[in-house]
Parts: sequence; structure tokens; C-alpha cells
Amino acid sequence: MSSTSVAKPLARRASRGRSPRRTWTTERIIFTSLNTAFLLALAALMIYPLLNTLAVSLNDGQDAVRGGIGIWPRVFSLRNYEVVLNMNTIYQAFFMSVLKTVVVVATNLLFTSMLAYALSRREFIFRRPITLIFVLTLYFDAGLIPNYLLIKDLGMLNSFQAYWVPTIISAFNLIILRTYMKSIPDEITESARIDGAGEFRTWWQIVMPLCKPTLAVVGLFVAVGSWNAWLDTLLYNSGDQALSTLQYELQKLLASSMNAGANSANVAGNAASVGSGGQLTTPIALRSAITMVAAIPILFVYPFLQKHFVSGLMIGSVKG
Amino acid sequence: MTDAPVSTLVTATGIEPVLEPAGSSPAPDRKARKKAAKEPRRKITWDRVWAQRALLAMAVPLLMYQILFKYVPVYGWAIAFQDYKPGRGSIWNQTWVGFENFGDLFTGVNGERFRRVVINTLGQSLLTLIVGTVGAIVLALLLNEVKSMPFKRIMQNITYMPHFLSWVIVASLASVALSLPSSGGFINQGLMSLGLVHEPVLFLTEPNHFWGIVAGTSLWKELGWNTILYLAAITAIDPSLYEAAEVDGAGRYRKMFNITLPGIRPTIVVLLIINSGWILSTNFELPYFLGNGLISERAETIDVFVLRYGYQLGNYSLAVVAGIFKTVVAIILVGSANLAAKRLNQETLV
Repeated sequence: MSSTSVAKPLARRASRGRSPRRTWTTERIIFTSLNTAFLLALAALMIYPLLNTLAVSLNDGQDAVRGGIGIWPRVFSLRNYEVVLNMNTIYQAFFMSVLKTVVVVATNLLFTSMLAYALSRREFIFRRPITLIFVLTLYFDAGLIPNYLLIKDLGMLNSFQAYWVPTIISAFNLIILRTYMKSIPDEITESARIDGAGEFRTWWQIVMPLCKPTLAVVGLFVAVGSWNAWLDTLLYNSGDQALSTLQYELQKLLASSMNAGANSANVAGNAASVGSGGQLTTPIALRSAITMVAAIPILFVYPFLQKHFVSGLMIGSVKG
Repeated sequence: MTDAPVSTLVTATGIEPVLEPAGSSPAPDRKARKKAAKEPRRKITWDRVWAQRALLAMAVPLLMYQILFKYVPVYGWAIAFQDYKPGRGSIWNQTWVGFENFGDLFTGVNGERFRRVVINTLGQSLLTLIVGTVGAIVLALLLNEVKSMPFKRIMQNITYMPHFLSWVIVASLASVALSLPSSGGFINQGLMSLGLVHEPVLFLTEPNHFWGIVAGTSLWKELGWNTILYLAAITAIDPSLYEAAEVDGAGRYRKMFNITLPGIRPTIVVLLIINSGWILSTNFELPYFLGNGLISERAETIDVFVLRYGYQLGNYSLAVVAGIFKTVVAIILVGSANLAAKRLNQETLV
């Protein structure tokens, strides 16, 4: 009884607080306009580099060397993209990146969710030690060269397997999925068991469909991580051009232009034309185009998934 | 009426932070939970293991798998005690040299370089961590003051976006942004048109700018993303606290400093613990891509050293020693940060 008497005024106060009828005091007007101006400036700062790169990539290469391009191309041209998409290496690398991302996401979701299911069962006896072994891998890393030697000793150098086999479980995503699965009421899995479903069936047919939003988030994290990775290509698969990825190609281009220019006034170097098939463009414009090709898929899926990832990150932050 | 005691409890815990500083409340709660969890613990018997064979079939192969790819590579640490030459074949055909490589790296011919590398790693990481944490908290507080939901959502979506771009792309954008105006360096352009500098700043050839460049670029990429957890923590603060403060005449800044900041303190602590373990391994890509010969005295970090000097130049033994150093320090840092948080009665990681 006492609980209701405490809870009611609290609830009424909370509901009153939710619809604020506040007056526009001078302090509030000044603060709000300053805050809005600051946030708008910040947003501009976040977007400008990308818009600038887009403008340069859509600009004529020779003209871009003159500099001073803002967010709008000065001499519009699609030549840079033509050159990029005609470069066999970039074309191939794009499809390798897509293939790698698809395989990594599929294997990751399958295996991570299976393990997360087992670790989310409260009655599972080895739940704690197994979880600890996985969580420790967030910090424990044997190191770049020992990892390389393992891949080499397993005979996976210069093979597609090197991309997805070592990474089918990520400890971070495991925690997110396990925490979410723990929040599923026991009654649901219990009733599945009474109906005769085994553990595999409960996982695949009952728990997995309930986890769809979280799986979408984890899938997004894995996809972005795989798409953005370049070190695995450098370490394990740089010996085979057919296995090259887009980020690795971009990285090579970036490294060569950094070495050539080192930011000194190397206009002559920038003006040197790089072409394939007689088409003229410049490194600065070409690099912008490749940057956009590598960034566009990410920017494209971002609006579709952004409403999920905030909730996913918050699930992961709840320890359990 | 059976749920009456529960709701009283809920109300009680909801009010508790009013009476006590926010950080101290989770501790007794956690202890109680641990005790409750321990009680139903039963002995592990073969019958129970057999009954759980399906769960074991799900977990154990993947456990073996993880052990193979994450822990088994430790056999490569043997290289640290060898004079490793890739040409000699496997690590069983090498000459053993004891702790010679450790001496070499920490005090010997490479001692000075490695010390500089460690200082660079710590400097860049700490600067990035401090700037990033403070920036994210400030942005979260400012976003929290925005009353128009559509505007807030648009701002969040724009500031989260750079997080999804790869470091390669970010490094590429940064190298253009920081270059000379003639190569599209709009930062120099902006500084010059504001009259702050007369000559373009040679950002990427002047060593003393580099730590700041790393921290600034990381801030650009992760600022929005890092606010997510703080914003979530702010929404979890009991609104009646703000109302009580308002009744007592507290203004906007008073509420920020005396309610919001203490309210998100557990979140800040947990994130600092999590990040402390990565102090020696963050910021690999930026120094790798943006660092060049002219500024390597400030740019080279442990990971870059391992990749450039170790992997690419074939000095495997020294690179493995550096890697061992990094991992050991990481484990010690996370462990002690966790312990310190426990001592201070704060949220802990494990």
C-alpha cells in the first residue's frame, strides 16, 4: 500500500516535467543560439572534408592541381572515376572487398551467435571460464609477428581463408549478443524445451529471430570492420594481386603520394599525369576518386542502419 | 499485492542517489548480487556435463578455435629469445640467445630509439584519450541541452558518421586537409584567411605538431561516436533530481556540474578502464600513414616500429620483444585500473 502512495506523486511530477512550458528568458535565448551555432559549426567541420574530396574527385584533374576547390567542382569531369574504374586492380579489389565482407559477416554472425547462446544459458556450467577466456582476448594479443607466423604455419598465406578463418569470433560482439540473449525471458526458451526442442533448435528457431535487431547491429560492426581493414591484406595476402582489397589499394596509393610529396611544395609531382589508356588525370584527383569509391558504400548503408546501432552499443555497455 | 515490496524497492533505489553520491550506490548492490548468484551453485558432476552436451558442442569447438588463433601464437614468443633469421626456416632451426634481444631493445643499440617510440606511443595515446574524453563529455552535455528533437537527431547522425570511415580514408583526408593551400589544404587556407598565420604551416613536416595532429584527427573521427554512451547515461539520470535542483534555484551550469556530471561518473570510469588497456596499441594507422622520415622522432609508435622495423625489414626478434612488452603492459594496466576502481568503490569491468 505504501508503495502506491509514494509512486503516484512521483509519477505525476515526472509527467509534468516531461512537457515543459518554459519561458524564453534572455539567458536561455543566448545559450540556445550559441549552442546551436556551435553545433552547426561542428557539423560543418565533420562534413566539409568529405564534400571537398567529392568536389575534387568530380573536378578535372589538371585543374584540381591549382587548388582552391571548395565543396563544388570548378571544372566538372567524370574522367577521374572513369580512370579509377578502368584500373583493373581497383575493379578487382572492389569485388574482393565485397566478397570478403559478405563471407566475414555471415560466418561471424553464425558462430558468434551460437556461442553467445550457449554462454547466455544460466545453467551452463562452464559459462564463466569460457566467457573469461574470450573477454581476455580483447587485451591479450600475441603480437603481429607471432600471428603472422601462425597463419604461415597453417599454410594460409596468400589465400582467401586468411581473411575470414582467424576472425570468426569477436569478443566484443560476443558480449553484446550474449547480454541481449540473457534479457530474453526464460519462459520463452523453457516452453520451447517442453515442446521438445533441443539446444540447437532453440537457438536457431526461437532465439535468433528474437535477436534480429541486435544481429543487425553486430552485422554492421563486423561489415564496417571488414570493409575498412587493410592490415590483413598487407600481412597475409599482399603476395597475390587477385586477393587485394580496396582499402589496401588506397593505402598503397596514399603511401606513395606521401613519400613523393611529404607535404612539401611538390606541385611538379602533382602535375605529373598518371593515366591508363591514354587518359590524363593527376594523383590528387585520382586519390580523391579512390577515397570516394572506398567511402561511398559505407556512407550508403549508414542511413539504413544508424537507427539500430545506438541501441546495440548500449546493450554492449551493460555488463553481466 | 505480491509485487508491492518490489515496487517499494524500485522507488527506494530510484531515490537513493539523492541521499548519497551517485558512485557509492552500486557497491552494496553488486555484493548482494554476487552472494545471490553463488548460492544456487552446484557441484560439477559428470551427469550435469552429459546433460549439457548440446551446449558443450556449441561452445567447446569455438573455444578451441579461439585458443588456436589468439593464444597459440604465443609459441612465436620463442623468437624473442632467438637470433631469428627467416631464411633458416621454422623457429626450431634458430640459434637461441637468451635475453640478448631484450637487452638490445631496452638498453642497447636500439635503446634510445625504443624509448622514444614508447614515449611517442604514450604521448599520442594519452593526448588522444584526454582530448577525446573531454570533447565527448562536452558535446554530450551540449547535445543534451538541445530541446528540438529533430535538430538533435540530425546533429547526432552527422557527428557519428566519420566513425564508420576507415583510418586509411581518414588519413587520406587529413593529409589533404593539412597540406599546403595549393594542394587543397583548407586548414592552412582557413588560418590564412582568418589572419592567424601569414605563411602556411608545414603541419606534416614539423615534428612538434604531430601529437596534436593525431589527437585532432582522432577527435574528428570518434567525437560523435564517443558521446553515445554518455548521452545514454544522461538519460538514465532521475529527472526529479533536476526538478529538485530547480526548486532550489539552481541554474543551467549548476545542474550540469552538480547533477549531470556526477550522474555519468560511473560511465566515465568504466570507459577509462576499458581504454587504459589499449594505451599502447591505439593510434596505429595515423602515425603509420602520416608519419614520414622528417618527423619520425615524434611520429613512430610501438606498432609502427613493429611493422616497419620488425616485419618489413626482417628484424623479427626485436619486433616480438616489443610486442611482448606491449601485451604485458596492457594486461597490467587493465588489471590495475580495474583494481583501483574496485578500491574506490566505482564501477568495474570484470
